[in-house]
Amino acid sequence: MSRTGFINARLVDPASGLDTLGNLLVEDGKIADLGPTLFNDSIPDGVEIVDCRGQMLCPGLIDMRVFTGEPGAEHRETLRTASLAAAAGGVTTLIVMPNTHPVIDDVALVDFIERRARDTAVVNIHPMAALTKGLGGTEMTEIGLLKEAGAVAFTDGDRSLNDAQIMRRALSYAAHFDALIVQHAEVPELAHGVMNESEFASRLGLAGIPAAAETIMIERDLRLLELTGGRYHVSQISCAASVEIIARARRRGLKVTCGVSAAHLTLNENDVQSYRTFFKLSPPLRAEDDRRALVAGLADGTIDVVVSSHDPQDTEVKRHPFAQAAFGAIGLETLLASCLSLVHNGDLPLMRLLSAMTHVPADLLSLNTGRIAAGLPADLALIDIGASWIVKADALHSISKNTPYDDRRLQGQILRTIVGGRTVYTRE
Amino acid sequence: MTNADTQTSIPFPHRHLLGIEGLSAGDITSLLDLADTYVLQNRQVNKKGTALRGRTQINLFFEASTRTQSSFELAGKRLGADVMNMSVSSSSIKKGETLVDTAMTLNAMHPDLIIIRHGDSGAVELLAQKVSCSVINAGDGSHEHPTQALLDALTIRRRRGKLEGLTVAICGDILHSRVARSNIALLNIMGARVRVVAPPTLLPKGIERFGVEVFHDMRKGLEGCDIVMMLRLQLERMSGSYVPSQREYFHYYGLDYEKLSFAKPDALIMHPGPMNRGVEIDSAVADDINRSVIREQVEMGVAVRMAVLDALARNLPNERSL
Repeated sequence: MSRTGFINARLVDPASGLDTLGNLLVEDGKIADLGPTLFNDSIPDGVEIVDCRGQMLCPGLIDMRVFTGEPGAEHRETLRTASLAAAAGGVTTLIVMPNTHPVIDDVALVDFIERRARDTAVVNIHPMAALTKGLGGTEMTEIGLLKEAGAVAFTDGDRSLNDAQIMRRALSYAAHFDALIVQHAEVPELAHGVMNESEFASRLGLAGIPAAAETIMIERDLRLLELTGGRYHVSQISCAASVEIIARARRRGLKVTCGVSAAHLTLNENDVQSYRTFFKLSPPLRAEDDRRALVAGLADGTIDVVVSSHDPQDTEVKRHPFAQAAFGAIGLETLLASCLSLVHNGDLPLMRLLSAMTHVPADLLSLNTGRIAAGLPADLALIDIGASWIVKADALHSISKNTPYDDRRLQGQILRTIVGGRTVYTRE
Repeated sequence: MTNADTQTSIPFPHRHLLGIEGLSAGDITSLLDLADTYVLQNRQVNKKGTALRGRTQINLFFEASTRTQSSFELAGKRLGADVMNMSVSSSSIKKGETLVDTAMTLNAMHPDLIIIRHGDSGAVELLAQKVSCSVINAGDGSHEHPTQALLDALTIRRRRGKLEGLTVAICGDILHSRVARSNIALLNIMGARVRVVAPPTLLPKGIERFGVEVFHDMRKGLEGCDIVMMLRLQLERMSGSYVPSQREYFHYYGLDYEKLSFAKPDALIMHPGPMNRGVEIDSAVADDINRSVIREQVEMGVAVRMAVLDALARNLPNERSL
């Protein structure tokens, strides 16, 4: 029996509100006991000791929106390299999107992801399965069988399901399995642009994507949800109007949840500057007012989860004129540190931020993790929330280096990441 | 030898000309003054100068162009440069990678000046970061076309003696127009009053914050104008996607004598070309020698491009090192 004792830790569990100095005991990969009085008498024999030196020990983070290149584009990212980046970011569970080649729209492919993750990755990985076959937007996938095989939710990833009839049926059918439907909300016909529609885009001569592309799709889906029941989640919202729409729908009693990416919480359209393609995201970075509304929406609980939207793209598809460049930025490794700036600024309580990255996504996806409690897997992160570091793209663990935070100073260092009791990352 | 050849430096402290944005009124005045000398030189029998002797100029056009490319070619040759034209049709390049690669390849041949036109906004700036010579933007997507704005300014200044205080109406497809963006920027810097006239579907978001007055009614927009600047509207945008039809567009936004009558009696008519006669401009108006300066714009184009090439070449390394 392997036993590890974490001593002198600031134990933080956002689910229970616990925030205390104390110790934690891990036995055989599970949390066995914890608290301020644990080990008061003496530390039992045979326990390996990790001295946390007063730093924060919290549940490992859960990132429910990650793209990799496996299968099909392993030169961009594999499940293993994504997991190494995750571990370095304090992320102990990541959810991969079905936008691969082939698309994860079949039981055999869900099996493939689970097997490859088990064999190669250092953190927990679960797939979301495609909502429509081949992401084609016309035929539902085998929602029941895929869920049984291990798919934690259903989405077309970075594509919007545009056909209202198919969306209605998917919501209706999935409700019976209590399956979560995740939408990338964007009316495709309004989203031919490459950045936020604004004066700034007009000055750059770039075609814009209006916020209405997002709000119209969310409003439509919510009307459908009223007809069908079921659980509907917007993968990431980008504008102030969407925050309002979600809040209003909640008041009407709809089971709607939503996420926001760390980039949308910390960056805005002005970061595009002179055509910097690492800031070309979908949905696009919006105005500063939108960013502030997203932070407020997260603080008041309208926004449920924070994701990295980690999307590795190599320079071959990024070093292009802005309109031709691929969308997407990596973010696993900077997920928490980038968002901690909001905590340090006083815009967001620490507990709220951690909730949005731990027990809230865990509950949404029915994962048995995301909390510090006896009996749960020891998925933990040890974090010095005050330490600052400068992001160097080349030093990140992802194969692709398309980070929007290159050379930025962030505050918050992951010291150690533990998955199932095993240390998978330690900072030198 | 002309005046221009003997000047050792003009106050134009830039390595590239990527846009009007970022230039000062002084920069623009310097270029226009220098261009004036080249207008005279170009009207001589011997048009050849030596300012770019020994220099290599490459015209790299990713978008088809007759007017701008030949204008740059002539400008370079009249200054004594060795000029090479490269037209890379968009179908033959596999987009971006080859775009940067093409620039790197050309750069390895040690050109002194590269003139680039590309269909994507920001493409010229991207390439300017990859090469070690001076880069001139000959039009990038819907972003900027600085030499067009300069030649328009030269044309106006020679006719009216100044730019400051004039009212200029820019009419047509502002949304997609790099000519409009560069002209709006330049005219604002030089103290002109700028109006834009277009249907709402052909105006970019936030245009009212560009330092312009916005008009949807062409008669009101032209009222009291000194200059009427027409823009080209691509035919494929006129069949229901942005405006309902050519016929309706011409009815409301085509320049004819009736609408022109709202402008000042001596208002000048400009067009960057190529024109769609009968679509955005009535043929007779375009050819009216008393009003239209469209052909003069072409002449000024060569002089302005000579001035830009000359000014940038003076800042090139090892120039006139004694």
